[in-house]
Amino acid sequence: MTPDQIFQLLIAGVTIGSIYALIALGFVVIYNVTGVINLAQGEFAMLGALIAITLTSETPLFHRAFVVNLNLPLIIAIALATLLVMGVGALMYLIVIRWARTDSVIIQIIITIGISIALRGIALIAWGTDPFRLSEFSEGPPIQIGNAVLTRQDLWVIGSAFVLMLLLYLFFQRTFIGVSLRACAVNRVAARLMGINVSHMMLLAFALSAGIGALAGIVIAPKTFMGYDTGTYLGLKGFVAAIAIGGLSDERGAIIGGLLLGVLEILAAGLISSGYKDAIAFLVLIAVLFVQTTGILQRGAKREAAGV
Amino acid sequence: MKKRILALTLLVTAVLVLAACATPTAAPAPTTAAQPAQPTAAPQATAGEPYKVGFVTSITGPASSLGIPERDTALMIQDQVNKAGGIKGPDGKMHQMELIVEDDASDASKATLAAKKLVEQDNVAVLIGSSGSPASLAMVETATKNDTPMISMASASQIVNPIADRKWIFKTPQANQPVTAVQLDWLKANNITKVASIGVNNAFGKDSRDAMNEQFKAAGIEILADEVFQPGDKDFTAQLTKIKGLNPQAVIVHATPGEGAPLTVQYHTLGLTAPILHNHGIGNMDFINLAKDAANGVMFPIGKLLVANSLPDSDPQKAVLLKYIADYGAFTNGKAPSSFGGHAWDAVEIALAGLGSVGPDRAKLRDYFENNVKNFVGISGIFNWSPTDHVGIGKESLVLVRIKDGKWEFVPPDQYAAK
Amino acid sequence: MLARYPNLIAFSALTIILALLPLALGNNYQISVLNFIGLNTILTVGLALLMGYAGQVSLGHAVFYGLGGYGAGILAQRTGLPPFATIVGAAIITGLIALLLGIPLLRLRGHYLAVATLGLNVIFLLIATNETDLTGGPNGLAMPTELALGGFTFDTDLKFYFLIWLVTLALLALSLNIVNSRIGRAFRAIHSSEIAAETLGVNTARLKLQVLVLSSMYASIAGSLYAYWIGIVSPSDFSINFSIELVVMVAIGGLASVWGAIFGAAAVTLLIELLRNFLPHLLRGASGEQQIIAFGILLVLIMVLMPEGLTTGTLKYIRKWREKNQVNSQP
Repeated sequence: MTPDQIFQLLIAGVTIGSIYALIALGFVVIYNVTGVINLAQGEFAMLGALIAITLTSETPLFHRAFVVNLNLPLIIAIALATLLVMGVGALMYLIVIRWARTDSVIIQIIITIGISIALRGIALIAWGTDPFRLSEFSEGPPIQIGNAVLTRQDLWVIGSAFVLMLLLYLFFQRTFIGVSLRACAVNRVAARLMGINVSHMMLLAFALSAGIGALAGIVIAPKTFMGYDTGTYLGLKGFVAAIAIGGLSDERGAIIGGLLLGVLEILAAGLISSGYKDAIAFLVLIAVLFVQTTGILQRGAKREAAGV
Repeated sequence: MKKRILALTLLVTAVLVLAACATPTAAPAPTTAAQPAQPTAAPQATAGEPYKVGFVTSITGPASSLGIPERDTALMIQDQVNKAGGIKGPDGKMHQMELIVEDDASDASKATLAAKKLVEQDNVAVLIGSSGSPASLAMVETATKNDTPMISMASASQIVNPIADRKWIFKTPQANQPVTAVQLDWLKANNITKVASIGVNNAFGKDSRDAMNEQFKAAGIEILADEVFQPGDKDFTAQLTKIKGLNPQAVIVHATPGEGAPLTVQYHTLGLTAPILHNHGIGNMDFINLAKDAANGVMFPIGKLLVANSLPDSDPQKAVLLKYIADYGAFTNGKAPSSFGGHAWDAVEIALAGLGSVGPDRAKLRDYFENNVKNFVGISGIFNWSPTDHVGIGKESLVLVRIKDGKWEFVPPDQYAAK
Repeated sequence: MLARYPNLIAFSALTIILALLPLALGNNYQISVLNFIGLNTILTVGLALLMGYAGQVSLGHAVFYGLGGYGAGILAQRTGLPPFATIVGAAIITGLIALLLGIPLLRLRGHYLAVATLGLNVIFLLIATNETDLTGGPNGLAMPTELALGGFTFDTDLKFYFLIWLVTLALLALSLNIVNSRIGRAFRAIHSSEIAAETLGVNTARLKLQVLVLSSMYASIAGSLYAYWIGIVSPSDFSINFSIELVVMVAIGGLASVWGAIFGAAAVTLLIELLRNFLPHLLRGASGEQQIIAFGILLVLIMVLMPEGLTTGTLKYIRKWREKNQVNSQP
């Protein structure tokens, strides 16, 4: 491959990595506050995008029983869709998660899997199997950088990932609500003693994370298109991205993890083998996990050295 | 405690009622959704036992974009047949058609279990299914062991080959070989000798790529790159960049709209200009709706359904195709049919023709399929099944279609057919 | 010794029920459902040991199931070994692979391990899809022979029923013995506190590795039996979805419970089949879409109402109900 081509791959890797990063951010927000690994995160993105598409263009629903033809301006559609999905996230907490009084991470994960299956089934009935396309945010030909190209929507995707990450970082570090939210994750009892209403904070976290998921889905929909089952794919990649670097609890880690996954996939496909790109990306990520958890490794080694 | 059970139960009921309202049903729409099933029709004086047709399809999971049009087509036919009084059997009585639909969730082991249920418990006369090749291949054993005729709606040629082991198995979609043959004709007519290929890394893409590798190499066409992507992938820059660097004269794509459409868009974004030839996987309106301008100029071989209107009136399939398009539109509130639904139409209609001639006897039905399906005018082609051919349609059933300004355009064979 | 008696009684009762069940069943479909429950039980018992007792989450258990299926098929195709030898051979190979993978992987904790095992599943599926010469590719690998032993061929669902459940019961008995042995107590110690267990002189790393190898061999045997029964294996049989389904079965059964595993496997398998059979009667026009919605909601309901799993959960509710009645009956 020529340097030009490799540059093109890197650009594409950053774009696709930003997609994974956007989804990963939603995982981080819920995990940070509630300790729940929410595998319905991809479904938030799917719902957000499909609702936004329904509001902006003529869309048949429920096996064409209704045709929605609102043609709202994009910006209003985005706001409405995000709010609606935030409602779904809040409901998910109020109806289900709040009652699930279990500390078992596995049980919590399975509950969110159950919710994701149900949401997918509902979307299948509402929108059918066909994917939909959201129109690009800004029109125009692709942008040339040297001999490489990227589309205007790619810039929106990359930009949103970084802006959202930055906003979340500031929110969690610098605002009172943000710090209260984090306090819930660190020590629930202590947070309650400090006068923080933990239940409200968790509700807020679910709504916030659903909103981030919805925004992510909307921003990427012009590029990836969106069908009822796209969320599963996105959720899986976002989950991996969120864990790989930041261990689910760091917004910056989510971005780096997403970018790393995206770039690895593209380079593996371009330079080694397109059939094995996901395998290669995973192998490298697993290697990174080992390097990252060296601390654990060393402790483990010490324990073994102690003869236990 | 009680409150939470109540809340959850209410939610379950609400969701399910809502869900049920939205599915097209063969019977006239019920006034309330939740009712116990009622017998489909009051027995008439001359009515016989209903004829049972088992139908396994991928309603959920990755193959659902195939499975749902297939199911809706089968439900539509059941509706038509039963409204007209049923099927007249060899005993002279009218028999209702009882279609039993099972979802395999795009999973081979669930397809096996569904097939066993239909064959062993529901005692269907004929088994139709499934949408995907792996699921169909897994069902083959159940059908064969129970001496039940099976009609698959999937593409892989192994489903009906070797024919000695596949006595009970038939299928309605064209194999991938004739599709490749039409592509080859076009390449030869345009003196193209170097191509690149990119395809989905699943059973459908693999089968299509195998056919291409075999036929193109035999014809002396060089395949510069044979790239793949995973089902669900959204970015194809790596593969396309590599292909761009190789300067092929044409690019062959093996995909369905979910990935085929973004791929075609990115093909243009990256500035590739070589003609792009898809296979029959993209043959439904989704592709045009998704790829929009990028779809312009895309060519692919497919059955005649998409260009039914442009066919000469002398074409024996034209009337059947137009009727299917109209009926399917009416049944689904205006949806355009896809070739997948067409595969279901062919399978169900052939099964009904058999039931009408020989009744629900499985062995007789099999013999009927093998010996009496001659010049059967279907959606995918004109079927001629025989003891040596359980597919029964080939290259003659295909046309080359080009997309122009959001419309399917018929490319007359004299522009590309072998000279 | 006394503590083993309830297990012995339950075990005998299960054996008798299973021996008589085919007499009560009408057709091969129902037998096939039971066969799937048996196979899933083998898988979940192994996974329950790994998850419940050794505390390791695996989102890639389908890999070992797949190694068993493909392993037996490839061995039968290439070496001409008798079918039962291919099952044993595949189990040994799977165990070795698990050993090699486990040495590095088990150093990862919690969700790091979950992601790594998920990655393993992705890699396995890609190999099964891409290496067509070895695995038959996406369309799958057809088994070259039927399962036979000294002239007796397993060629019906009923014959497989007895074989699968014989193996299931044997592995169940083995697992109960392990759990009630010194090793089992060590496992539980690891689960509640790894550091405490180590202080007490338990070599946790080695024990975890042993459990992983054991449960991978269980899965391999199940995979080989599945392959011979159905006659073909393809990548879709060993998807990440299936790995997750297995974790769901274990959780519904109750995480740290060998008996729970069988209930979990039966509950999830039956639930899917019951929805298939009865939902269309409850709701007109209900089809695959409504089935998955109902499945998702029921999953949530069970896990919210009975986070301990069906077995312990039901017992708890019964106890509560009894206590309430006793209180009420006292004036």
